[in-house]
Amino acid sequence: MMEGDLRQPGFHLGPGALGQLMPMYLSLDAACRIRGAGPTLLKLMGEGAVGKPLEDVFTLRKPRSAVQASALLRAQRLQMSLRDAPATTFKGTAVPLLGDGVLLNLSFGFGVRDAVRDHGLSATDFADTDLAIELLYLYEAKTAVMGELTRMADRLRGARARAEEQAATDPLTGLGNRRAMEAALQRLMRGGEGFALLHIDLDYFKQVNDTLGHSAGDHVLAEVAARLRRSVRAGDLVARVGGDEFVILLAGVLDSAALERIGATIYDHMRLTITHEGRPCPIGLSIGAVLVGPGSDQGEAALVSLADLALYASKRAGRGRMMLWNPDQDISQELARADGAERRVRS
Amino acid sequence: MHGLVNKALQSFISDAFGAAVWRDVAQHAGITQLLGADGFEAMQSYDDALTEAVLDSAVVLLRRPRDSLLEDLGTYLISHERMEPLRRLLRFGGVSFTDFLYSLDELQGRSHLAVPDLALPDLALSEAGADSFLLTCSDGPVGFGHVMVGILRALADDYGALVVLEHRGIRRTDGADGPPGTVELIEIEVHDPAYHAGRRFDLATEAAR
Repeated sequence: MMEGDLRQPGFHLGPGALGQLMPMYLSLDAACRIRGAGPTLLKLMGEGAVGKPLEDVFTLRKPRSAVQASALLRAQRLQMSLRDAPATTFKGTAVPLLGDGVLLNLSFGFGVRDAVRDHGLSATDFADTDLAIELLYLYEAKTAVMGELTRMADRLRGARARAEEQAATDPLTGLGNRRAMEAALQRLMRGGEGFALLHIDLDYFKQVNDTLGHSAGDHVLAEVAARLRRSVRAGDLVARVGGDEFVILLAGVLDSAALERIGATIYDHMRLTITHEGRPCPIGLSIGAVLVGPGSDQGEAALVSLADLALYASKRAGRGRMMLWNPDQDISQELARADGAERRVRS
Repeated sequence: MHGLVNKALQSFISDAFGAAVWRDVAQHAGITQLLGADGFEAMQSYDDALTEAVLDSAVVLLRRPRDSLLEDLGTYLISHERMEPLRRLLRFGGVSFTDFLYSLDELQGRSHLAVPDLALPDLALSEAGADSFLLTCSDGPVGFGHVMVGILRALADDYGALVVLEHRGIRRTDGADGPPGTVELIEIEVHDPAYHAGRRFDLATEAAR
């Protein structure tokens, strides 16, 4: 090269050196006949491939076919696969050679794991600068980590299911659930001091749910829960025991006069119509009550069904009222009533 | 300490000595209440004190010196079938045992690619002579060098190489060129890189789990 000549010289590489840099090179003549290949590609094609036309050994996908090497040079990115099973796929680039012919450099792309497995390749089959080994490494590391995460998620799901089973809170209203109510009822029975049990059912809740939607229904339940909570003492248990059913346990409430005051307080708190997104949600409360005297030996199930009888009596009498089960006369008597309950029934 | 490390310690104790021994160790270390029946979770971080407590309890209950217990942990990580994914990840380091030794410089970076918050100690390999090397483990948990000796011993066997390994002790750094910490030195002599056939390693397996 002459002094001051800044033109890039061409490269003269022997096949050995080229194969070390690019173990998957493919050298073609102008008519697309295979002149030579890197050691890894030779292993994949078989030695007999040298001298054959390109399309005898490979199925071309991009470009669809190449009788002349120039077709390969025009394609931006080559895609091809081996004709023989397992039809390993390659992507590649073609560049013109000084003189004649083209040089292709091929790579496995995303199929690298399959190719390595199918052909039993090892690290020495890749150029030291190739990131294929790192890619395989990352694939396995990712698989191991995901396996751990999946096992952890399974354990957490199991733990969550167990916790939900044991939970005592109704997530929608923040009140106790049936489990909490049953536990509190057992405690009161064992304590033997006497208490009142109120079984509350919403009137017209289904209509609100059907006409205004479930979010309105959920809003109503949460609002009723808050108003019931405000109507009783902090230590009293308020629980949501079903869709639109609530139970209140009032420790130490032993007579109908005290119960009457509480009923009046509840209906007072319910006087303002609940609204959801500006639309009124007209619901009412029917309440069945039962008084449990000190030292009562009645079963819990029997108590609940007596409260149910009183609740049924309230519904039958026109809803919107609290009825107390009277054990002496085997009937329920009215203790409190919501404003306009009579009017609603008549209309 | 990362959950993967703690989980490995837990698996080692229960696989090598029995699930009942692990329960005793956990009880003795006072972590049963804290962690529940499943013990450590792999993808969670724990206070270093928990790991130390488990290790101390294992030393007491198994009546084994701490160093040899740690070395056995290292061997377990490579040779137990449950730890096959880890063996494979390390074998990606090189085609021969010597090649693998040179990849230890990159181990921190490699592990960082897989689990960014794993925080393995810094490893540096230097040549001490022909086929003789010195591995420096910096700023790891104290005793990590012994785990490393166990790992190297098992991997040498895996590659089929004949090597002699020696832990050369722990040195505390004063912190003149950085935060104070510990340095552990391991001497490695490779007598025959192809002493026996070793275990097979395919780059891609049918079912890598």
